[in-house]
Amino acid sequence: MTSENLIEISGLNFSYDTRAILKGIDMTMQRGKVIAIMGGSGSGKTTLLRLIGGTIQPTSGYVKFAGKVVHELDRDALFKLRRKMGMLFQFGALFTDLSVFDNVAFQMREHTNLPESMIRDLVLMKLHAVGLRGAQHLMPNELSGGMARRVALARSIALDPMLIMYDEPFTGLDPISLSVIGNLIRRLTDALGMTSIVVTHDVQESLKIVDYVYFIADGVIAAEGTPKEVRESVAPFVHQFVHGEEDGPVPFHYPAQSYRKDLNLENALA
Amino acid sequence: MLLPRRLVSGIQHIGHRVIEGVWRLGVASRFFILVLLKSGTSLRRFNLVIRELYFTGVLSLIIIVVSGLFVGMVLGLQGYETLQKYGSESAVGTLVALSLVRELGPVVAALLFASRAGSAITAEIGLMKATEQLAAMGMMAVDPIARVVAPRFWSGVISMPFLAAIFSVMGVFGGYLVTVVFIGVDEGSYWSQMQSAVDFRFDIMNGFIKSCYFGVAVTAIAVFEGYDAPPTAEGVSGATTRTVVTSSLVILGLDFILTAFMFRGVS
Repeated sequence: MTSENLIEISGLNFSYDTRAILKGIDMTMQRGKVIAIMGGSGSGKTTLLRLIGGTIQPTSGYVKFAGKVVHELDRDALFKLRRKMGMLFQFGALFTDLSVFDNVAFQMREHTNLPESMIRDLVLMKLHAVGLRGAQHLMPNELSGGMARRVALARSIALDPMLIMYDEPFTGLDPISLSVIGNLIRRLTDALGMTSIVVTHDVQESLKIVDYVYFIADGVIAAEGTPKEVRESVAPFVHQFVHGEEDGPVPFHYPAQSYRKDLNLENALA
Repeated sequence: MLLPRRLVSGIQHIGHRVIEGVWRLGVASRFFILVLLKSGTSLRRFNLVIRELYFTGVLSLIIIVVSGLFVGMVLGLQGYETLQKYGSESAVGTLVALSLVRELGPVVAALLFASRAGSAITAEIGLMKATEQLAAMGMMAVDPIARVVAPRFWSGVISMPFLAAIFSVMGVFGGYLVTVVFIGVDEGSYWSQMQSAVDFRFDIMNGFIKSCYFGVAVTAIAVFEGYDAPPTAEGVSGATTRTVVTSSLVILGLDFILTAFMFRGVS
């Protein structure tokens, strides 16, 4: 339990109704690091982010953020804590009725009493950091997917948070936008001294920028390690995931009765 | 002894639907109270409400003005046709004004408002939910009910009585156009009979109170349906339809109840 750890997760369980999503997750995330959480679709990665953000309650176990157990906080304390967190949603989730400038200024206007001239300077600095100072007057529907995500990134660093969570930041981007976002995540984390959690299944792009990787499968941590360890791992699941193999511990076929039986061929040939 | 299976399952189905309906009503009521409790931000930062007033109120003006005009014109025409049989066509102004101020103004304006502004509010909030804008707002420590829902609710509550009043005024003018200008009913009797028959307290105020109730009902339904919509294209379209259907039924039901209380024993 060192103060180096921004997030400590212990024995975390979460179920929807009776379906267990996460089963006994333990993790620690150090300050100033970029941590990737990988796993197949529906493995509970996004649920984990929502538990860290306190939008849902764990069934048992806890998430500690900056020394505070998230789910034990009352509403005001939770909202105060969330000001130290930023979150980048999968498709940006920009407010469609506000311009790029107003999107980035949103939190400053809601949470601070800064004069408008200072907000203007801060917004331009944030937009400059993501390379979109020139796009400040555009509306979200005028942006490409990659640009929207960069604006959302500028918006999430508006109040200089301690943590940014990225929910599938690479989905649906062209190769150029992909590496732009990847490099931005790394650069901003280092420059602002934040911690970043990247939930993704884009193995190659994320291994280039992260410090540590957790693999989640079936609600448990299947493997963890540095990018180097992960690349060299011989564990079947990690190997299949990193190299994108069709069949392995995660089967290609959804469980079904035998193929021959389905086609009524059981008795066809003796 | 044994009831047929289909009958049992039918009864079960009805029971299920009733329980579901009551449960949903409870959720909606809790949501409504939550909106009221979190209205502080809207009242402190009134420019949030003013912005929404433009979308719900000002943009509804055109449909309200045009419909009001035509409803008044039809009333004038039909009223004149019937009244002239008894030689009392000079009372057509009274007929037009009372029908509009007491009933048609608040009710038709509210029905139009539900389909114009209510559906837009539901679709907007539903889409904001579907595109994770509400979740993003929550993660930025800004309460979406206080910041998104409450301003829209109050804008609807404020604009509804004004729209109903404008509807009635346009209707009276439409009646005037048809009966006085086109048909040639005496202008003096059109206005003076109207003036002596319409009572400010009983007719105009009661119409105003009705439209306030309708405003609360329509916008409460619209914001709830939007906020509660499943975050999919299908979910949002279903919620928009439900807003229009439910609000229309609630408006008509409420109108009957309010009329029974307001105009009982009033000649």
